[in-house]
Amino acid sequence: MRPIELQVEDLSIYFGGLSAVEGVSFYIKKGQIVGLIGPNGAGKTTIFNLLTGVYAPTRGDIYLEDKSLLRYKTYQRCQMGLARTFQNIRLFKDLSVIDNVKTAMNRQMHYSLISGVFRGPGFRKEEREISHRAHELLEVMGLDGFAHDYARNLPYGQQRKLEIARALAAKPRVLLLDEPAAGMNPTETQELLATVKMIRDKFEVSVLLIEHDMNFVMDICEYIFVLDYGRIISSGEPAEVRNDPRVIEAYLGGDALEEEDA
Amino acid sequence: MLKKQSKRRRRDVASLVTLAVVLVVYLVMQQLINAGIINAFLRGIINLACINVVAAVSLNMVTGLLGQLVLGHAGFMLVGAYASALFTKSVGWDLSLSLFPSLLIGGLVAAVTGLLVAIPALRLRGDYLAIITLGFGEIIRVFAYNLPFTGGPGGLSGIGTLTSRTNPAGMFNYLFPIAAFVIFFSYTFGTSRSGRAVLAIREDEIAAESSGINTTYYKLLAFVLSAFFVGIAGGMYAHQIGIIAPGKFDFNRSVEILMMVVLGGMGSITGAVISATALTALPELLRSLGKVISNIPVLADILGNFEQYRMLLYSILLICVMLFRPKGLLGRAEIRILPIYDRWRNWRHNKKAAAGKGGGAT
Repeated sequence: MRPIELQVEDLSIYFGGLSAVEGVSFYIKKGQIVGLIGPNGAGKTTIFNLLTGVYAPTRGDIYLEDKSLLRYKTYQRCQMGLARTFQNIRLFKDLSVIDNVKTAMNRQMHYSLISGVFRGPGFRKEEREISHRAHELLEVMGLDGFAHDYARNLPYGQQRKLEIARALAAKPRVLLLDEPAAGMNPTETQELLATVKMIRDKFEVSVLLIEHDMNFVMDICEYIFVLDYGRIISSGEPAEVRNDPRVIEAYLGGDALEEEDA
Repeated sequence: MLKKQSKRRRRDVASLVTLAVVLVVYLVMQQLINAGIINAFLRGIINLACINVVAAVSLNMVTGLLGQLVLGHAGFMLVGAYASALFTKSVGWDLSLSLFPSLLIGGLVAAVTGLLVAIPALRLRGDYLAIITLGFGEIIRVFAYNLPFTGGPGGLSGIGTLTSRTNPAGMFNYLFPIAAFVIFFSYTFGTSRSGRAVLAIREDEIAAESSGINTTYYKLLAFVLSAFFVGIAGGMYAHQIGIIAPGKFDFNRSVEILMMVVLGGMGSITGAVISATALTALPELLRSLGKVISNIPVLADILGNFEQYRMLLYSILLICVMLFRPKGLLGRAEIRILPIYDRWRNWRHNKKAAAGKGGGAT
């Protein structure tokens, strides 16, 4: 049995009277690729925001390998091993591609402000290491050729990749991908599929991903949770979920089923 | 083919050349001042320019690197000026001994004030931060009017200065190296891991936080460093002018510093240096121009008293820059030695190649 990496118990958040997420529980095992799907407004991104500490939950708890994350801030959770990408790309647009990656490695360097300003030995050594590692990471993601371009000048698909690279730079245990295939054409999606699998194997991370592209999710995920109106309505392996009438109802609307029955 | 140099070697060469240029400029100006070729009037402008460069470069740390609009830097400058002046006045040591520590004290007191202001203020951003820092700047000024040891509206006078008839470069010897140091600090800070974190916050605070950056800490760091250096600028100002009063550090002063940053290009250190120097010199040079014009009979008849128009001309120049270079003179770019060095290497290489081939062409 693979150990559980990330576990969520009875997670709930209310905005005013509205329950955006209600009693959600799930877990991700080490090295697993897990999908979180559901129609628009189901609360998928809200769950990401709860996981990363952008929102505090009304109820429930989040554990990263037995340790509750609730009292940690967003940046601390990232340092503990929870890195994410964003639905609408959020790169450091006016920084170079390599600096985008290096920024996320901030915590892996320890030289002081003074050493940084006066270019002390600590600065030289750590910056050299980090630069080396950042280039390696970019190479893995196929971005090394762009290292010194501004992030804003990258093509859309590469920007998505750079976001993943930046998330990986923080040395995460669990990688949260918010709609990584959004806006990609079928070829790019296929490429992304291979990339995510490669990342999982190479960096030994677990992956939780939100996605709309059903084929993508079915192809890549070992386990899927389906969210609707803030609750988990179904879960299981791709084949099980695909045929679950509750899922079909949530996606296609109640009428679809009735018509089938008729 | 041009020999490829290692990145590190190129960087070292560039740093050395930069250092040499700064040293040469410093020594030449020092000698010119000592020899009296740069007269008292020009010397005053140069010294003030050094002070304004420090102020502009330090404001650039928050406005350019952190990307936050701050309108209260005159307040921190005031704190630095008073702290530093009160120190030299009260210890009564020889100024050449007490000036440097007094500047440090001015900077530190300003940094503490900056920290106190920043803790509540940095919860806001954009226009709101601008307004709250403006408010704090004014509060500091009102304190200076009313506290028992600040001398009230009249301020402090009789603050010692190092410039004298026998030592005309006295202040310059301090002001120029300090300005050079602050520029150096600001640049190396911006390219260290702390600077990268600050830049990331400017680009996208949420993404920075999600990438493991302690945004609160780095925002405070940038703000406090900025207050520290502008406090030093205040101390330099006090000892250059010799008299300080709260009225000298009002909202207009904050805007003046901000203008230097915006005009040079937010985020560009060399831009801030150029525009701070230009904006210090320009009003004074226009004044001299006015004097020249009013001495020429024909022009004086047409233009009347030109000196009165100098502020008008000054603002027209500013408007023109903003119209034609809305991102400031340099935008976010810097003037660097490396590209110039590369061009020189190319030029030398081509010349050698041409000499080698000499007569080969038909």
